[in-house]
Amino acid sequence: MEITQQGNTVTLLLTGEIDHHTAKGLRQAADDALITRRPEELVLDFSGVTFMDSSGVGLVMGRYKTARSLGCGVTVKGLRPRDEKIMRLSGLSALVTFI
Amino acid sequence: MKKINHCKITIPAKSVNEGYARAAVAAFAALADPTLEELSDIRTAVSEAVTNCIVHAYHEKAGLIYIDLTLTEDNTLKIRVKDKGCGIADIAQARQPLFTTAGEERSGLGFTVMASFSDKLAVRSAVGKGTTVTITKRLQGRPA
Repeated sequence: MEITQQGNTVTLLLTGEIDHHTAKGLRQAADDALITRRPEELVLDFSGVTFMDSSGVGLVMGRYKTARSLGCGVTVKGLRPRDEKIMRLSGLSALVTFI
Repeated sequence: MKKINHCKITIPAKSVNEGYARAAVAAFAALADPTLEELSDIRTAVSEAVTNCIVHAYHEKAGLIYIDLTLTEDNTLKIRVKDKGCGIADIAQARQPLFTTAGEERSGLGFTVMASFSDKLAVRSAVGKGTTVTITKRLQGRPA
């Protein structure tokens, strides 16, 4: 995962495979970035992800809850069409911005 | 329908084996020359099934996952993922989208995703004995 910050926006570039095993480390790193950098917007960039199951949805849902508690919005971008299909099954599009 | 290939894999219920399970099943399916889309569907469905065993059946404690793969001459792949964990009391409820007993980091979409990326999904379970999930996927490629 690569973390960049531009103004009040923190972007996490996610790479590789996201499953229940790998999501644990990503979750911790994302929460650390949220808590230490206190952005106004968190961007989860999935453009480097080569595989994702519903653990990716759990990752976004969990970060949405953490971000919201800190007054931060969440944007998801770079999803492959099949991963977007999984993400939209959750109804997350009502809470999170997809671009 | 006549079987043209068969494989059994047993793995410890450890999260590090989720990637191995996906890769092993995809390697077996590749013998039937599936499309890339079909292979991705299979990898996703298997990942969900194996994760359910680890998270829900065994609650991230020790246990074994039994994967049984069958390819029949009509180019249908059957993937049976079995555990000897806690079992599911209410299968209909467990199959509801967004239902989960595993906390806010789980989406509750495991069965929904398995069903979305397969042609047929069957779930059998007995409380205290375990659960068997059978995923059926018809492949468009040439038979092995």
